[in-house]
Amino acid sequence: MIHSLFIINGASDVFMEKHWKTVIGKSICDYFFEAQSKCANPEDVPPVIATPHHYLINIYRNSLYFVAVLTHELPPLFVLEFLHRIMDVFEDYFSECTETSLKDNYVIVYELLDEMLDSGLPLATETNILKELIKPPNIFRKMANIVTGDNTNISNTLPTSQLSNIPWRRMGVRYTNNEAYFDLIEEIDAIIDRNGVTVMNEIQGYIDCCIKLSGMPDLTLSFVNPRLLDDVSFHPCVRLKKWEGERVLSFIPPDGNFRLISYHIGSQNAISIPLYVKHNIQFREGSSGRFELTVGPKQTMGKTLEAVVIECSMPKSVLNCTLTPTQGKCTFDPVKKHLVWDIGKIESNTQAAARLPSLRGNIVLTTGQPLPESNPVLNVRFTLNQIAISGIRVQRVDMHGEKYKPFKGVKYITTVKNGRFQIRT
Amino acid sequence: MSVNDRSLTTSASMNMQGFGNSSAGSNQSDEQVEPASTLSIFSLDMKKHEDIKQMLDSNKENLKLDAMRRVIGMIAKGKDAGDLFPAVVKNIVSKNMEIKKLVYVYLMRYAEEQQDLALLSIATFQRGLKDPNQLIRASALRVLSSIRVPTIVSIMMLAIRESANDMSPYVRKTAANAIAKLYALDPELKDELIVIITKLLADKTILVNGSAVQAFEHVCPDRIDLIHKNYRRLCNLLVDIDEWGQLTVLHMLTRYARTQFVDPNKTYEDDKKSFYDDNETEKNANDDEESLDKKTYIMDSDHRLLLRCTKPLLQSRNSAVVMTVAQLYYYVAPRSEIHIVAKSLIRLLRSHREIQTIVLKSITSMADKHKEIFGPFLKSFYVHSNDSSHVKYYKLEILTILANASNISTILREFHTYVLSPDKEFGAQAIHAIGRCASTIPEVTEACLNGLVGLMSKKDETIVAESVVVIKKLLQINPSQYGDIIKHIVRKVDKVTVPTARASILWLIGEYSDRISKFAPDVLRKMAKIFPDEETIVKNQILNLAAKLYVMNSKQTNLLVQYVFNLAKYDTNYDIRDKTRLLRALLFQADKCPALSKNAKKILLAPKPAPLLESIIRHHDQYTLGTLSYVIGQAATGYKDLPDFPPEPSDSSVRNVEIIPVSTSQHDSSRNPKKGTTPGGKKNTGIDENFFSDEEEDAEDASTEGPDDEEEENEEDEEEEEEEESDEDDEEQSIENKNKTNEYEQLDARSPTIVENQPQNSESSEEEEESEEDESESEESTDEDEQV
Repeated sequence: MIHSLFIINGASDVFMEKHWKTVIGKSICDYFFEAQSKCANPEDVPPVIATPHHYLINIYRNSLYFVAVLTHELPPLFVLEFLHRIMDVFEDYFSECTETSLKDNYVIVYELLDEMLDSGLPLATETNILKELIKPPNIFRKMANIVTGDNTNISNTLPTSQLSNIPWRRMGVRYTNNEAYFDLIEEIDAIIDRNGVTVMNEIQGYIDCCIKLSGMPDLTLSFVNPRLLDDVSFHPCVRLKKWEGERVLSFIPPDGNFRLISYHIGSQNAISIPLYVKHNIQFREGSSGRFELTVGPKQTMGKTLEAVVIECSMPKSVLNCTLTPTQGKCTFDPVKKHLVWDIGKIESNTQAAARLPSLRGNIVLTTGQPLPESNPVLNVRFTLNQIAISGIRVQRVDMHGEKYKPFKGVKYITTVKNGRFQIRT
Repeated sequence: MSVNDRSLTTSASMNMQGFGNSSAGSNQSDEQVEPASTLSIFSLDMKKHEDIKQMLDSNKENLKLDAMRRVIGMIAKGKDAGDLFPAVVKNIVSKNMEIKKLVYVYLMRYAEEQQDLALLSIATFQRGLKDPNQLIRASALRVLSSIRVPTIVSIMMLAIRESANDMSPYVRKTAANAIAKLYALDPELKDELIVIITKLLADKTILVNGSAVQAFEHVCPDRIDLIHKNYRRLCNLLVDIDEWGQLTVLHMLTRYARTQFVDPNKTYEDDKKSFYDDNETEKNANDDEESLDKKTYIMDSDHRLLLRCTKPLLQSRNSAVVMTVAQLYYYVAPRSEIHIVAKSLIRLLRSHREIQTIVLKSITSMADKHKEIFGPFLKSFYVHSNDSSHVKYYKLEILTILANASNISTILREFHTYVLSPDKEFGAQAIHAIGRCASTIPEVTEACLNGLVGLMSKKDETIVAESVVVIKKLLQINPSQYGDIIKHIVRKVDKVTVPTARASILWLIGEYSDRISKFAPDVLRKMAKIFPDEETIVKNQILNLAAKLYVMNSKQTNLLVQYVFNLAKYDTNYDIRDKTRLLRALLFQADKCPALSKNAKKILLAPKPAPLLESIIRHHDQYTLGTLSYVIGQAATGYKDLPDFPPEPSDSSVRNVEIIPVSTSQHDSSRNPKKGTTPGGKKNTGIDENFFSDEEEDAEDASTEGPDDEEEENEEDEEEEEEEESDEDDEEQSIENKNKTNEYEQLDARSPTIVENQPQNSESSEEEEESEEDESESEESTDEDEQV
């Protein structure tokens, strides 16, 4: 059972607290601050901290710490998952979860926390149910409240979906335009060694949906090549048996935005890495260090590489870099020693090596310090639109249960999560 | 507030906080501070609260609501709003749902501090419990059970008992949740509560079951007999319970399986040593036909059912559920089946950082016991340079565990890059990991040692120091073969500056001075020169070196040793002084204790046991995987070990139910959800079974109706085409959060020409054509994509 929750901002200020049971004083957070002060990086704070009588479990997201206090044994993952779910709900309600948005909506925050946990036990965590119980803030409602003077944001009937077999969908949804959008997003995880050999690569894929369909639609989504999907996790709405038997996703969707499935394609399946980076980095005494990068497309299947960014954390002894790119913009932060080269688009047909974007220049080292032992790691980010790198394609989406004909669209994006595509130099 | 009230509050809060010294302490200090602050800020504070009070007393709903919101704001910020209690509680009768709700929130926060006043609100709740609206009934019960006022225990008991029989499953669920709260307030009611739990466990609605099991876990986890009759139903319905309920049920079922079934892995051991239970085999032969032949172990069908029903949950989006299933398999499944959890656990490694940390830690223990299951996923544990330090550490640990003769070369190459990473601490850990690989896999010991010696020529001090420390440990394990390496290290002694590394080198010289008899005295000479400037740990080793050299080669070193001992005699550190005294007595004052001095060589150069290069995580294994205690490495309050499997299975007939309920999964039956809920939400649970089977029929109907639907869709199609074009503008507006509408490939869209060409003849042929066209179309579109 979760006893209390403290929300702490980046400046170590407890700006909100909620107790589901007997109040626990704010001073308990001192243990957390102590652990925090030992870590240089906010991400290094241990997720579970034991104090003499309580156990603190924290998450760090959107530069906020959510610290839950427990007094008894409870699986830490349960709490972590729940804290992230709270954060998800806040993001859904206020479109962002920051200190300001939480402070502006403290009443709704409090009502939500009250509804999500009953004396420390999870109650309603589906945003669709919560939205029926507690209406999210929006401008229209604020206006209406001012005009009519009736400014409650609490519903007085139990959401019907709470009792149904499908707690994730509201009843009586109506849209004039019935639309269903599916974003098939794949993130590449890769490590490439200095010789250009792929050390490891994995794909993490998601189907994020934005479904605005009236009534109770029953959707079936089938893939061209479902056998690629080996390890999948589903939104509770997906019928597992249908997937096991026929490899189709059959589901009654929640209303609005949600993640239908996420899947993982492991390192056993080789994938084609869509770009390559040629590098020549040499640290020398004084200002004669060399830095050269050339980026080129590779097996992009005719698509354009977009939003290509290369980042690099230089060793501490680097004083400055004088680098000139042939394309895009290059900045070096001499304090954080952080180099960013924002390249932008790389057309796939510019095969002529001369036109490939490159970055050249010198590195100035602090004199007197030893040369860095190793070259820095390059973090690459890029986006490929209209293609899923694993080759997964949606074959068709059918709808049953409702008479109208919806618009159905699917979008494919291949991208890289920050820091997950690394090139060792 | 009167003085009496305040003292009452304090004592009440002290009682409540019996388990938390620190929190109680802090509360106390708050209370003490208050009187002081009242003098100075009281008037201002009072004024501020006064206007809220006035707003609360007014008869305008708007003002009241605003006031309540401000009060909640104060609570949220952790400010004390306790003095507003009477003004707030009055508003509990408000018709406005939000005011009511906020008053509830206030009550839950302050009721236990102002118990007498809180009693005033009880009547409202009792009325609320009889309200026709189920939401109001449920929330009345929720608040009533959450205000933690001991005097109303009997009222709570009554309310729970009534609500457990409520028509609405939502209210019953709330009742189940309330049981744990009441039990915490008054443990004496256990027996009465168990009666209610028994009833709720058998409830036919999935919604209630999760909470009922939760209550069971809180109140009477030892009454495993209550589960028997519900076991099969819970297993079958598991997929349909909500995520958090699944967690509780999974924990309960894990424990259940450990008490009711036999160990599926035991047969292997029994093959080897059957002496272990002779009389037991006899017993089983009589009692249980299933394990008649011990050699061919047949799993209890209920045990199998559990494993089968929990497997789909590995695909849950909730990491805690996946982990709990993994844990269940780890503790309950036969060894040959554990591997199925690996893939899902690997998937969790893409989740949030905190979740990764916990999952990795659990994988470490699992991999330690069952290396083979994570072998194929080796590369998933490769470290990215921006992983958090905990994640890096556990990944390194897992890689070390998974290392074997066949994959060691890739792992070592990987480790080598880690060593040079800018994160020094991680680099040091990587060096230790190499050392552990070297000690566990004899094939690569030599290669690892050479690699480590290579690292010693790096310029970075921490790398050199760590390498020396690890090499020292490795040499200790097998010193005979590596004389060259020892010589190489000794040459480094002048360059290495990190104390631990220097100490390690000196120890090595002392220990193996017979191999480097030429160097050793010279090293001591150099050390004697700089003795006063060294760290304690190094001084200690200089003393050791001196003593050992004296024993081996007293002629050459006598004066040097005397000199070092004299320096050490006046050292600032008392440990050093003590040690000098001891060594001096041992070596130079043979007359005082001849027995010892005779054996000085044996004492100083006794063969020492080689150190074990082990990870620190191993010791956490005593706690159940994935629990809080496991993560923090100490027993948390309320932690209970999983029981061991019983030597013989319980009678499986206890789980038989007279009428086996139709267990239909919602995932199959929710096709026609409109029928699933009657508008009022009040479902007669009695007819559940019928109603489920109705649905199944409906589902079948729907599928047979398929072709008709298709036809209708086609007819609509033509109209649709025109509409879609005009719709496009609207679409762009409607999806603001998407980049561009035209990025979406429209699914199942047919170009108008195709529709025109389509002849309107018989249904069946049309359907076939259509599907063909669909396929060709999709192919076309892919072709186009690739050409672009």
